[in-house]
Amino acid sequence: MKRLIPIAAVVVVFAAIPLVVQSNATLNFLVVTLLIALAGQGWNILGGYGGQYSFGHAAFFGTGAYITAILQVRYGVNAWLGFAAGIAAGAAVGAFIGGLAFRSGLRGSYFALVTLAFAEVLRIVASVAPITGAGVGTLMKLDLRAQAFQFQSRAVFYWVILALVAVSLLIAQWLERSRFGIWLIAVRENEDAAMALGVDATMVKLGAMVLSAAITAAAGCFYAQYFLFIDAGIAYGTWISIEALLTPIIGGGGTVFGPLLGALVVKSLGEGAKLVAGDAPGLDLMVYGAVLVLVIGFAPRGFIGVVTDARQWLRRRFSRSVRETAHD
Amino acid sequence: MLSPVILIPAILNGLLTGAVYALVALGLTLIYGVLHIINFAHGALLSAALFAAFFASRILGLDPYFAVFLLAPAFFALGYALQRLVIGPASHGDDRNMLLVTLGIAVVLENALLYAFRADTRTVDVAYAFQTIDFGFIFLSVPRVIGFGAVFVVALLLWLIMGWTDIGKAIRAVAKEKLGAELAGIDVAHVYAVTFGLGSACVAVAACLLIPTYYVNPTVGNAFVLIAFTIVVLGGMGSVPGALIGGLIIGVVESLSGLFLGESLGQIGIFLIFIAVLLVRPSGLFGARA
Repeated sequence: MKRLIPIAAVVVVFAAIPLVVQSNATLNFLVVTLLIALAGQGWNILGGYGGQYSFGHAAFFGTGAYITAILQVRYGVNAWLGFAAGIAAGAAVGAFIGGLAFRSGLRGSYFALVTLAFAEVLRIVASVAPITGAGVGTLMKLDLRAQAFQFQSRAVFYWVILALVAVSLLIAQWLERSRFGIWLIAVRENEDAAMALGVDATMVKLGAMVLSAAITAAAGCFYAQYFLFIDAGIAYGTWISIEALLTPIIGGGGTVFGPLLGALVVKSLGEGAKLVAGDAPGLDLMVYGAVLVLVIGFAPRGFIGVVTDARQWLRRRFSRSVRETAHD
Repeated sequence: MLSPVILIPAILNGLLTGAVYALVALGLTLIYGVLHIINFAHGALLSAALFAAFFASRILGLDPYFAVFLLAPAFFALGYALQRLVIGPASHGDDRNMLLVTLGIAVVLENALLYAFRADTRTVDVAYAFQTIDFGFIFLSVPRVIGFGAVFVVALLLWLIMGWTDIGKAIRAVAKEKLGAELAGIDVAHVYAVTFGLGSACVAVAACLLIPTYYVNPTVGNAFVLIAFTIVVLGGMGSVPGALIGGLIIGVVESLSGLFLGESLGQIGIFLIFIAVLLVRPSGLFGARA
């Protein structure tokens, strides 16, 4: 129970924000930040805890978004059911790609490459297939009712995405304590050694991939529901593959709060860059890429690592000064 | 549709295109062979090189075929500096970090180009862009034939450098046994940087060969680099003959599938080959088991 206190505290603080801040622009910024944090938590399960770096998480995000949108627009399915179906479809795509890649023993560079290629194939298919609206994209109907998963107030959307992020934090927390999570970390640290100790590395990685894909797909479902429009470039574009990987790496890979912290840092920097240099295409991603290189170079454990180090340094410093005064 | 009048030109044109693909892939495979990572910045470097070739022609009035003698050394220096000053130090010797750093560089380069030049597509006007040679049974575009020949000159040069110079020997030594090479007194950081420089120089040459008949925009490199990944995987990671033959095969496949399936589905054909090779035989046609 004690371990859940930090998560509860963070969620309560975030949940209180709309009670204080009414600005639509700020709430919108926070919704997008939490959306990226959710997609990033998905990447974090596989990449951060499992050490399998995917460069194509857009495959899951886009599948979630398209399934949610298409089921509603073309088949009149209820939005909440569509949402669940989107998550399931994302997980299925994860199982498919993971099954193929891990069974063939693809690791490192090869795994990154094959995930990138799958996302690209899906993007091309989505940009020509009639069911996705091809080049025009899919526009969803405005229907501001709770049973249609649309809300008059932005604050409600914000609480919904916050609840999803809270669930993803709990999943990460569970992972750290569970046997499955320990296996996954063992595979990350040394796959051959883990296998020698009896860990079924392929199944563990596959499980992590499915979980990871489901979480990132949930972010995609929410995207469709919030913006009510998607096309191939949004759903399967490289931007989301990059942001999903960026947030955990910058915040701290393989930690519960890494993706959330990373999303806050990354999105704030993006907004800051826009304030300084004006809104122009490419500017925010340019800043993200530079931050990615700098963080890997100077803080390989991300911002969380920096915070932990600083805390330890302060503690050492403090205990030393206490000891010195005791001597006097 | 299957008449040789259509089929033979399609195959020959595919070979011409494939040669330039092979050159891009050559840079990629060279870097993989030595550093054992995939350089995800390769496509962004190609976009940058195409812009450089474009502005060399537009502002300096340099013909792309002369600009190559300026751009190849410039991109060698750029690649050398990137590896020596950014990728090497930032990745702390960890392969996964190296992947992420090259991806980060790709994102920065591509979006810097987008920020500076916007998404507009630009082309260079040269007098010979539409000239053709009459071979009796077929007309072939002059710039593409020149490109085809130039690729083999570059491949020959690389082969000579690798086989007959000290740095070439050092590169091969590091590729085979990094620790042993280091113990023998080879400066591995320098060799890594030289390799990265050579890979980048290949990209600059490819850009100069492409620009007379092609266009440039900030994301143009991505299309090539995904094809180049396919070629490298097909030919075998790190294998130079694999890259050349793989390039020619992919060029022909693209040309034929474009003929039978149409432009956008032709692209998917290449990806399916890519995924199939990765899953069935990741070591490719000529590569050792990864």
